[in-house]
Amino acid sequence: MCNQMVVDMVDAPTDADVDRIFQALADATRRDIVRRVIEREQNVSDLADRYAMSFAAVQKHVAVLERSGLVAKRRRGREQLVSPVVDTIGHARRLLDELEALWRGRIDRMAAILGEPEGKGA
Amino acid sequence: MPVIGTERHDSGFTITAEFDAPVERVWQLWADPRQLERWWGPPGYPATFVRHDFAVPGMSIYWMPGESGEQNYAGWEFVSIDPPVSLVVDNGFADQEGRPAGDLAWNRFTVGLEAIGTGTRMTITAGFDSPEHAEQMISLGMLEGSVAALGQADAILAEGG
Repeated sequence: MCNQMVVDMVDAPTDADVDRIFQALADATRRDIVRRVIEREQNVSDLADRYAMSFAAVQKHVAVLERSGLVAKRRRGREQLVSPVVDTIGHARRLLDELEALWRGRIDRMAAILGEPEGKGA
Repeated sequence: MPVIGTERHDSGFTITAEFDAPVERVWQLWADPRQLERWWGPPGYPATFVRHDFAVPGMSIYWMPGESGEQNYAGWEFVSIDPPVSLVVDNGFADQEGRPAGDLAWNRFTVGLEAIGTGTRMTITAGFDSPEHAEQMISLGMLEGSVAALGQADAILAEGG
């Protein structure tokens, strides 16, 4: 539910939202975190191990990204997991929807040609 | 409706269709560029095939009209042809000589034809080579907002496969 609200926000961002997104992405570490999170959900402590900075500093970066609406954090037991909100999988699916519609159109047109009396268009 | 089913994969799909025509007849829709031109582009955006080798190695070069009447060139490269049952093609934006052009990677599609009684079952497998490729296209904004219109999407995707 909460995630959905954030998705909606990203779909129609206000100027303030856009500012927050740009600020969030203005930092190289945060961009790297987003890249990793888009690949797969990340554990905050695993993320912390990757950077030459304290756990608290990494957590702070994640918090900035969370406020920007780019990532969402959830708890699983003692772990904190970070996942993307900019739903790349959803984007890819929409892209495939378009591509599939294209091919369905083609197939319909093929059927129309095949349905013509012999000789026409051949 | 000729389409009887679609199956989704991570980065693509397989569409199955059935036609009330023999395999050899359906194959002609692919082999004959004049027939191909009648169905490849959506209504209002006909493709003009200026070259169609239909052989391996071989290529096709075609263009489709853009929004302001410009000619958007694209190409096919034949990966394999096994008449009249299978065809594998790489497809993407090209220059007028059929050389890949633009920022987008080419995509592969596979066509299979199989006789069912007196008719034909056709399977088309298409999509993106990888989720990364899909993301690349997304990051280029190729399908955002205004390009949702099918005709436009067709031109911009260069038949993405």
